[in-house]
Amino acid sequence: MSSSTGAEAPLLDVRNLQTHFRTPDGVNRAVDGLSFHVNAGETVAIVGESGCGKSVTSMSILRLIPEPPGKIAGEILFQGKDLLKLSDKEMRAIRGNDVSMIFQEPMTSLNPVLTVGRQIGETLRLHQGLSGAQAEAKSIEMLKLVGIPAPERRVREYPHQLSGGMRQRVMIAMALACNPKLLIADEPTTALDVTIQAQILDLMRDLKHRVGAAIVLITHDLGVVAEVAERVIVMYAGRKVEEAPVRELFSDPKHPYTQGLLGAVPKLGSSLTGEETRLAEIPGLVPSLKTRIDGCVFAGRCPKVTDLCRAVAPALEPKAPRHTAACHYAEKELMAA
Amino acid sequence: MSTSTIQPGTLHRPLTAGDVAAAAPLPDILPPVRARRGLIGFLRRNPTIAIGGGLMLLIIAVAILAPLLWTVDPTALAPARRTREPSAMYWFGTDMLGRDVYSRVLYGARVSLIVGFAVAFFSSVIGLTIGLVSGFVRWADAIVMRVMDGIMSIPSILLAIALMALTRGSVGNVILAITIAEVPRVSRLVRGVVLSLREQPYVDAAVASGTTTPRIILRHILPNTLAPLTVQATYICASAMIAESILSFIGAGTPPIIPSWGNIMAEGRALWQVKPYIVFFPAVFLSLTVLAVNLLGDGLRDWLDPRMAKKV
Amino acid sequence: MFAYALRRIVATIPVMAVVALFVFSLLYISPGDPAAVIAGDQATPADVERIRASLGLDRPYLVRFGDWVWQIVHGDLGTSIFTNLPVSTMIAQRIEPTLSLMVITLILAVCIAVPMGVVAAWKQGTWIDRAVMAFAVLGFSVPVFVVGYLLAYVFALELDWLPVQGYTPFARGIGPWFQNLILPAVALGGVYIALIARITRATMLEVLQQDYIRTARAKGVGQRGILFLHALKNAAVPIVTVIGIGVALLIGGAVVTESVFAIPGLGRLTVDAILRRDYPVIQGVILLFSFTYVLVNLVIDLLYTLFDPRIRY
Repeated sequence: MSSSTGAEAPLLDVRNLQTHFRTPDGVNRAVDGLSFHVNAGETVAIVGESGCGKSVTSMSILRLIPEPPGKIAGEILFQGKDLLKLSDKEMRAIRGNDVSMIFQEPMTSLNPVLTVGRQIGETLRLHQGLSGAQAEAKSIEMLKLVGIPAPERRVREYPHQLSGGMRQRVMIAMALACNPKLLIADEPTTALDVTIQAQILDLMRDLKHRVGAAIVLITHDLGVVAEVAERVIVMYAGRKVEEAPVRELFSDPKHPYTQGLLGAVPKLGSSLTGEETRLAEIPGLVPSLKTRIDGCVFAGRCPKVTDLCRAVAPALEPKAPRHTAACHYAEKELMAA
Repeated sequence: MSTSTIQPGTLHRPLTAGDVAAAAPLPDILPPVRARRGLIGFLRRNPTIAIGGGLMLLIIAVAILAPLLWTVDPTALAPARRTREPSAMYWFGTDMLGRDVYSRVLYGARVSLIVGFAVAFFSSVIGLTIGLVSGFVRWADAIVMRVMDGIMSIPSILLAIALMALTRGSVGNVILAITIAEVPRVSRLVRGVVLSLREQPYVDAAVASGTTTPRIILRHILPNTLAPLTVQATYICASAMIAESILSFIGAGTPPIIPSWGNIMAEGRALWQVKPYIVFFPAVFLSLTVLAVNLLGDGLRDWLDPRMAKKV
Repeated sequence: MFAYALRRIVATIPVMAVVALFVFSLLYISPGDPAAVIAGDQATPADVERIRASLGLDRPYLVRFGDWVWQIVHGDLGTSIFTNLPVSTMIAQRIEPTLSLMVITLILAVCIAVPMGVVAAWKQGTWIDRAVMAFAVLGFSVPVFVVGYLLAYVFALELDWLPVQGYTPFARGIGPWFQNLILPAVALGGVYIALIARITRATMLEVLQQDYIRTARAKGVGQRGILFLHALKNAAVPIVTVIGIGVALLIGGAVVTESVFAIPGLGRLTVDAILRRDYPVIQGVILLFSFTYVLVNLVIDLLYTLFDPRIRY
């Protein structure tokens, strides 16, 4: 239902994604029935608390979920092709080439026993068939692009010789080496110092314009969302509970969970009043994903919960133009038919 | 935010299921998992403990009940009935001196089990003591550990062989020789646990608040040592059984008059190309017993410390 | 690096000293008169006296230890009581078969065990993994001489593919030399393969969960590249360490394997020396094996830098 926006087919169209894991004490339904799309060149943020399934979603898109114990179902259409139907070989040709990924932990996401140049060059050799020397030249170029000083020297160094910020730059260089159409960034700035965070975000924004890639940004940091995203998907307990353009979401959140999340962001200037400085917390815990939830997934923590919520799972419904939410009680605004 | 806030007053009646759009139910893409509890569940989740422990109990029963299991005197010589093939009369055949291999193999279980358990017990106790001393007494640590390193540099079978070469063969000496070779491993393990625990804040606090060393050992160190030590003792039991058989096999172990699996094989060695069964039956029993102990060890390790399970 | 190597080499000296002291003292920590023990039950008092004199048992303990170490440093391991030949000569005569057996076993075991462990880790939880783990626990459980007899029975006696026993010197052709060593090497390798395969699997399982493996997958690296380049190089240090530690198993196993396959090597020499209570020979062989073991592990320690750039000395 969300694919109604653009006239042309979206770059990525995820339909009814389910990613479940078999564990010794039950099936963990980490992502359950998630649908969303990303248009070419667009930046979409997926937000939610830790454990809501946002990282699993990003891993599912590239089919990086180990199967077994995991299992992915649904459709992941990238440029019209269902990634879930591709062979392993066809999938490998897409990874790092058309779709690439940046991970949260720059400290551990680079291979400690291979040089930086080798790791960037590997992508180029795999997907563009470059020779060793060409790959190294291109790696140096990429390092320069992401703003690493003395790239000719750094290219021969090992990750442990670089700082955290530099490593994340290397990750970005690696991800962008083959000019991907879609970049999935899983908490790209979470592990970094605040000043470095800003630099990396600037870099991503800058490169996005240069390369023209669409970005799926996975984060729990609403500040980051406000800064870079165009559209936001809010996830809770493995499902999408709300989706809206970024301004609309911040100004008029429909779902009680989103309202809670936004309440949890300290507002600039509010410290003067002294009342709202405390982060609003959402009481309660995320429900166990190992038991089937019959009603609304947020019912256990929702301040406005009714018996109806516990009995009937709300469908995602349009509540305003380009704005959907899954709550029985979220008001629908009048929309032009 | 006000537009989306629910104001019950604006509704004429509470919403009912008929008024709202329900999300389509989602299918299960994986079959459900059923968790079992109780002893059956435990054994199902730890099949190696079940198999290893079961086999172990069976072999212990055989060793204890050997006289009742249709055996004859395992040392009775009968030169007239030498090297008979296995038959209804002699289930596993007879050896060069006409002794019944079946009876010898069953009684042989006793030697292996006694050696295995005794070495496991003594090396655990001695190793624990040395490890504790070395972990707590700073000045002793350097010396003790150098000595242990030195002993560990001598391949353990070779060390046991060397020790046995100088003493008269007896089950007691076999146990002693293998124990000496195994002690360094245990003391290293215990010392490692002590040193890592000493770094723990709660042990630090206990030391700072003046808790006596014996109390710290009793309260904090021993409970944490027990799990890895049990696992280690199981493995030592298995390797001691193999060591005993090797010592006996090369003629430096249990005295030939006592039927042990190594001895039976050593005696069958000269004839193994023509009468392979004399070597075969004790070999199978020995391998099965060691396998049982090893499976038990693996199972205990996985159960007691799932994290350790990933290491070796 | 060089300074570190030097420091490591110096650090092995106390270990070797403890080994030497221990091996030397073995003779004296045993109960009773060592000369009488060595001479055996049927010895005459004259025999005992002769042995006592040849061992220098009439002089103080530490003096004797000093003399002994001095001799060893000069390459003199003493004289056999039984053959009256220098122990070093006897060892030199017997070293080729043992060295051949151990080198072949080592190469064979590493070539089989590492891929086995890698595949088991890759296919974790499948029947392949279970088969490898079952093989490993069997390798630990079935004693080397049992494997030896089984192999000899099947492949030499029944199928007649390979020689049952014996050894052909390398100088007489690589073919016969190798043929004679296949069965002993497989028998000796069993427990070693089990050990290496298990540590490889365990380390690979840990490495395969690391974030950088996920990164490599996300880059489109194929399964082989993931396993053998990205993961194995990270797993190398523990694997190589265990390969070194496992040499102790090879040494202990060689003694037995040589008896089973009638290989005239150091293992046979040890067993014969034990049966004859030829103590200088026993001491010499144990000392040689232990020093070899210490040196192998020293070399492996120094090799770590090749596998992991984070290790800097």
